[in-house]
Amino acid sequence: MKLIFRSIKKYKWAIALAIFLKLVGTMAELTLPYILEHMIDDIVPLGDLKQVILWGALMFVAALLCRQFNVMANRKAVFNAHRVSYDVRQALFVKTVNLSGSQFDEFGLPSLISRMTSDSYNVQTAVQQIQSLCVRAPIMLTGGVIMTVSMDFQLSLILIVMIPFLLGIILFVTSRGIPMFTIVQQKLDSVVRIMRENITGIRVVKALSKEEYEMRRFAGANKAMADSDIKASTIMSIPWPFMQLCLNTGLALVIIFGARRVNAGLTQPGVILAFLTYFNMITMGIMGLNRIFMSMSKASASANRIDLVLQTETDQKIIPEAEALKPSGDEQIRFEHVHFNYNTIDEQHFTGGQHEKALEDIDFAIKKGESLGIIGPTGCGKTTIINLLMRFYDANEGGVFVDGRDVRTYDKDELRRKFGTVFQNDIVFKDTLYENIDFGRGLPEEVIIGAVEDAKAKEYVDSLDEGLQYEATIRGANLSGGQKQRLLVARALAGHPEILVLDDSSSALDYKTDAAMRKSITENHAGTTLIMIAQRVSSVMNMTNILVMDDGRCIGYGSHEELLENCPAYKEIYDIQMGSIGQ
Amino acid sequence: MPGPRGRDGVKAKPKDAKGALRRIITYLMQYKYLVLLFIFCAFASNLGNLMGPNFAGKAIDAASKGVGKVDMHTVMHYALLMLIFYVSSGILSFLVQIGMMRVGRHVAQNMRRDVFNKLMTLPVGYFDRHQAGDIISRVSYDIDVVAMSLSTDVVQIVTSLVTVIGSFTMMCLISLPLVLCMIFTIPAAILFTRYRGRKTRPLYAKRSAAYGVMNGFAEEMFNGQKTILAYAHEDQVCENFSKINRDAAVAYKNADGMGMTMGPTVGLINNIGLAAIGMGGALMYMNGIVGLGQISSFVLYSRKFSGPINEIANIINEIYSALAASERVFQLLDEPEEAADIYGAVELVEAEGDVETEDVSFGYIPGHTVLKNLNLKADPGQTIAIVGPTGAGKTTIINLLMRFYDPDTGKIRVDGKQNDAYTMDSLRRNYAMVLQDTWVFNGTIFDNIAYGKENATMEEVVAAAKAARIHNYIMRLPQGYNTVISEDGGNISKGQKQLLTIARAMLYDTHMLILDEATSNVDTSTERQVQKAMRNLMKGRTCFVIAHRLSTIQNADNILVVDHGDVVEQGTHDELMAAKGFYYKLYASQFE
Repeated sequence: MKLIFRSIKKYKWAIALAIFLKLVGTMAELTLPYILEHMIDDIVPLGDLKQVILWGALMFVAALLCRQFNVMANRKAVFNAHRVSYDVRQALFVKTVNLSGSQFDEFGLPSLISRMTSDSYNVQTAVQQIQSLCVRAPIMLTGGVIMTVSMDFQLSLILIVMIPFLLGIILFVTSRGIPMFTIVQQKLDSVVRIMRENITGIRVVKALSKEEYEMRRFAGANKAMADSDIKASTIMSIPWPFMQLCLNTGLALVIIFGARRVNAGLTQPGVILAFLTYFNMITMGIMGLNRIFMSMSKASASANRIDLVLQTETDQKIIPEAEALKPSGDEQIRFEHVHFNYNTIDEQHFTGGQHEKALEDIDFAIKKGESLGIIGPTGCGKTTIINLLMRFYDANEGGVFVDGRDVRTYDKDELRRKFGTVFQNDIVFKDTLYENIDFGRGLPEEVIIGAVEDAKAKEYVDSLDEGLQYEATIRGANLSGGQKQRLLVARALAGHPEILVLDDSSSALDYKTDAAMRKSITENHAGTTLIMIAQRVSSVMNMTNILVMDDGRCIGYGSHEELLENCPAYKEIYDIQMGSIGQ
Repeated sequence: MPGPRGRDGVKAKPKDAKGALRRIITYLMQYKYLVLLFIFCAFASNLGNLMGPNFAGKAIDAASKGVGKVDMHTVMHYALLMLIFYVSSGILSFLVQIGMMRVGRHVAQNMRRDVFNKLMTLPVGYFDRHQAGDIISRVSYDIDVVAMSLSTDVVQIVTSLVTVIGSFTMMCLISLPLVLCMIFTIPAAILFTRYRGRKTRPLYAKRSAAYGVMNGFAEEMFNGQKTILAYAHEDQVCENFSKINRDAAVAYKNADGMGMTMGPTVGLINNIGLAAIGMGGALMYMNGIVGLGQISSFVLYSRKFSGPINEIANIINEIYSALAASERVFQLLDEPEEAADIYGAVELVEAEGDVETEDVSFGYIPGHTVLKNLNLKADPGQTIAIVGPTGAGKTTIINLLMRFYDPDTGKIRVDGKQNDAYTMDSLRRNYAMVLQDTWVFNGTIFDNIAYGKENATMEEVVAAAKAARIHNYIMRLPQGYNTVISEDGGNISKGQKQLLTIARAMLYDTHMLILDEATSNVDTSTERQVQKAMRNLMKGRTCFVIAHRLSTIQNADNILVVDHGDVVEQGTHDELMAAKGFYYKLYASQFE
């Protein structure tokens, strides 16, 4: 709700204009019946043709004005709503893209998507409606009340006593409606989530012939959504018939008391008749108000959901140099006694993170141009090191330093521009290969081609008719696993980063290509500091240093030869992988 | 960088509005008795509303006798009658409102169900071409628009029409000459509505499409959020979004801005009609054709006549936008499905596992052959390994075996019969598979492992997890097997997902097994342990294994070496090593 007011504030004059136009249009509209009445009651009996034509023309003009002002007002209202919805969506998108890892996980991707679309749409609709409904309803209501009060105060008391009561119902139901519509939107999140899961996992679903099961699963979420929507909408329907009941009872009372008063000579029968007319106006007014509030309760449920994202505080603040930790060495990358665990806010929404320490006392340093290999069992915290190094998360204890500075002192972009990264589950976007590599950096073509060569992707790119202009489909579905990985490596290399991070990015490559790729990286990007996470010893054995990890701890650190000497775990891995030579 | 250009669905062609309407009505027909009942109730309620003022008038008449002469009894009588009519009419309209709201939501629910069920029947290629976000937008936004329109518009239009027809009849009865004065407004209103409609309908279609594009973009970018952050690419993505966002906002502005002229303009036509009645009536009165009383009551009815017409004009916009939205839904529902089972297709029950391909060629895009004349033969229980450089077409073989795609030429036989002689479902059910791209869904770990086997017990699941070497990890989680994981919820590593997928396959009891880089992200010692279990799993089953770590496939009965879509070598490990060919080189490169 606050969000709506905040975002329309910027356009308050434009909105005021729309409301004013609507006001004029409504006024013109209200005069029409009076003109017609006047014509028929007073002018026609005169039999004066001129007068008739004059009044007829006046009516025509009023009708034109009415149309013109209403069209202008409606257009303005739509125009304002389109500006507001653009602003809201833009703010939401910018915020979402900049959420930190844990914040993003907390909202969940499906929910962020439905906030982006369904919720922002609800807000837009409400902003548009308010501008037109806000005019008519109050005019009708106040006009009707004033007229009745001025005609017969005592009779009008019957109505006036009821109005706060009616408004109370509206407010009460509205406040009930907001949480109910919030639930509807949450159910929509589940519908979106199941759809996404099935779209991304369609091969598995089909392979296991789980279509029927998935249909049932979806039907459940679908029904839950429809049911909650029906429930909320039913509650929203209650005030109106209830108010009708009150108003009509009031009307009956007015007639009965009115008749008494006529009988007692206190009022004229004509007054009761007029009351009926104005009563209609009041009813329309209340109905309009009701509609505004009902539409608002849905919109404010959505607005609150959007606002929840927008109000998320940046959890990773840039800290001033003075408060930052100082490294005890000047290597390019330093981890000093780093401890870390993924905090999950509540157990219910725990999504696979480890509650124990994800990293324990990690301590290493890499000089510029050196390389580091990280090896260790699945889930031992290899990727977490990258997450801390690039500041997707902050360490709980200890310090992470890049170029002699605490990573927390960097502007996020400044820090990340130093890196070229390929993540484990990295994304190929639906675009040409060229654009996927360039990634909006506007790099020169020869650099891109160089990167393609270094990533050993040239051969397959050349085999495509379109070459680099080949369009990758969604998630790179028309590329093989290995082609995707090489494309991603090319993306990382193209920027000639200071630090190159490859997280298991050659798992789908055959050994030959993998080796060739590593060779060209070390040859053509000699000054680049390299961090390589891998399962294959062959991928990391030529690194300056290798970090052997288990369960979040460092169980070996040194060169290949040193580790073979003094790290049994490393030697075991080596033996398994290389031992087969002799067989 | 992915920009707005070249994305699907921006072009909004004027489509078959009548067809869309007909199909929406088909959905409504399911509730036809309810809808009829509600329409009837709506009539009754309208009638009550019309009767109300009548009784009010009588009550006031009774009260107008003058001081001391008011017949309070009659007043009370009519006032109560009025109240009864109003209240029962109110109750009826409440019922109609709730009833139609429910019908609308149920229709939406049915449409969502149909879309989802349709998705389940589409070939996998569809999902490579359509963005998840765009598909989702059809379900969340488009269907919502349809539901909203059904909830309110249907009843309103029908009842408005009755009021219109009723009051028009009254007008004709009162004075035909006066009707002549305003008759021109009817064709004018209809013509204008149609003319405007022709303009706004494509705009609404554009609006729906633009929302789809925006949703598609947002979904793709949110999905790649970490990559975007890693490349400090946020600003540019936001800028690109800004264009798409603006397109969507403008599409809305154009459609609704245009649509919003409909109501006031039809209002204008009606008001001109009123003015014409006023003037024409005056002329006729002067010429003695009509009396004043006639004009008065005629005006009364003509206002009753024009009110609902205005209403309809406003509603028609909503209907246009609902039609445009529904077209996007129906478009999806009309996508060609996976090839249907051929006539007489049989269930493949417990396949022996005898698989053979004969001269199979295939390309995803016509003219781009990915596999050429593939011939392979796997006897029951044999392990066939497929090796070769990246992109050589290994995964394609799997796609064909699973019938995710059908070969362009050639035949694939299972147990001696051609692939398509079996029902698609039963064929796939006979394969267990672990894919390169792991997939977990939002649910407990138990559910994820038990996915392939309904009614799996905890013991079975634990046994599978132990064999897949993921049990210890699971037990360390706060809720063990009941821990909820999700595809996008970050912190589960890819290797762990692979192990879960392996556990899933271990539970799934079939005679044919496909392992496509099943352990590529798993560390070596775990892999070795898993492999022991896998060998048990593979015993007695026909296996197709794709792997880069050649150590994992040395025991295969037959190794196919694929390069550029051709099988360049085949044989056992020892034979191939002895041949010192392509395989030998691949093998040696592991230790470079």
